[in-house]
Amino acid sequence: MTSDEIRQTVIDALTRIAPEIDPASIEVGTSFRDQLDLDSMDFLNFVLALHDRLRLDIPEADYPSLSTLDGAVAYLAAKLDASRLSEASRLLTP
Amino acid sequence: MPSLGADMEAGTLVEWVKHPGDPLKRGDVIAVVDTQKGAIEIEVFEDGVLEKTIVEPGRKVPVGTVLAIIHGSGPAPLPVERSASPTPLAPPAPSPPPITPSLERAGRARISPMARKVAADHGVDLAHVTGTGAQGAITREDVERAAAALEAASATPSAASTDRLTPMRAAIAAAMARSKREIPHYYLSTTIDLRAGLAWLRAENERRAVTERLLPAALLIKAVALALREVPELNGHWIEGRFRKGAGIHIGVAISLRGGGLVAPALHDVDTVNLTALMRQLQDLVARARSGSLKSSELADPTITVTNLGEQGVEAAFGIIYPPQVALVGFGKIMERLWAVAGKAEIRPLVTATLSGDHRATDGHRGGLLLSAIEGLLQTPEKL
Repeated sequence: MTSDEIRQTVIDALTRIAPEIDPASIEVGTSFRDQLDLDSMDFLNFVLALHDRLRLDIPEADYPSLSTLDGAVAYLAAKLDASRLSEASRLLTP
Repeated sequence: MPSLGADMEAGTLVEWVKHPGDPLKRGDVIAVVDTQKGAIEIEVFEDGVLEKTIVEPGRKVPVGTVLAIIHGSGPAPLPVERSASPTPLAPPAPSPPPITPSLERAGRARISPMARKVAADHGVDLAHVTGTGAQGAITREDVERAAAALEAASATPSAASTDRLTPMRAAIAAAMARSKREIPHYYLSTTIDLRAGLAWLRAENERRAVTERLLPAALLIKAVALALREVPELNGHWIEGRFRKGAGIHIGVAISLRGGGLVAPALHDVDTVNLTALMRQLQDLVARARSGSLKSSELADPTITVTNLGEQGVEAAFGIIYPPQVALVGFGKIMERLWAVAGKAEIRPLVTATLSGDHRATDGHRGGLLLSAIEGLLQTPEKL
């Protein structure tokens, strides 16, 4: 998955929760909660959507990394890389 | 047309889900009705057979109008007349006087001269106004409320609309104005240390999959429900001059809608539901409230309301009671603050819990007991 695909996945998850937002207007470095008026239930649903789409386990302790668009893309890219690596090593282990 | 809360005057029948001859079980969805709160699924409250539908889809009718006749377990179907008393589709919602179809009362209704004048000024048909005065008399306030609803309704496009804000604002205004006019509110506030609650939640969420995680709101709502067992006189309705205890602890959760407005549908029997199930119900309720697809029981049943304005960053919320309920619990933002513990200053996550109580039903002493029960329960989160 490229970084652009991840970005699109994040934006899709957000617009499903807040259909009125214009993806082009999202400020990449500002927290979603502040600019999109998300409450904790919205944020939980956002994490759930990412979990469903990307098949990643996202611990609660990592939620702060998901608070901005740039932060979320970087975090998810690293997480996806790590899960691919562990998958590969699992397959290579006899 | 069931009353789905004190702020509902009328509803538009959107469709019949069941048809004449269909067997009905308690809880079945029989019809969909459009209100300011979205499309609401109307549930049946008794077993029987749908005998006849009376109101056609697309028609807007006042609360109390007979929508259909259900043949219950009695011997013969009742004759189809407006004045017949068929098995009601839903029990009269515990909103105060309304309910009785006002059409039946036309001619007998007592109407104050001032009410007549206001009605004439606003073009309100008094036959459609429900009186809340002595012996069902129509008062000036009743007419003003009807006028506001009329104005709101005329602003609504006839079909189910995406623009609900204007009628919803008018409905909220009518219910809240009535609350402030009729309910002598008292307000209490207390600060609760949430260290134990949040620490337990963090540990719990660490071992739970994303789909099973809990929010602090679930803990707070459950604590309110259990506390109400200890102070039951805050759980119920004030109807016709006296308090009626709620049939269960059904907590109305204030949910703000994207784009404005709010609804407070019920989570049922919260005191008997475990936190995992409660969290799932809360998620489902919020999603359906925001997509405009609630059930009639969820709107009609709340016995108390909980508002969690802390989400928006305020420290404390003193709410307006939603009539005919007699109490509202508000939670502010959870904030880290200096807190004295056994003579030492510590940093603790604190939340301000408030209670708005109806002084006709209780006094500040009982209200205070509820807040301290909530505080106590939150110190042992594993027992919630």
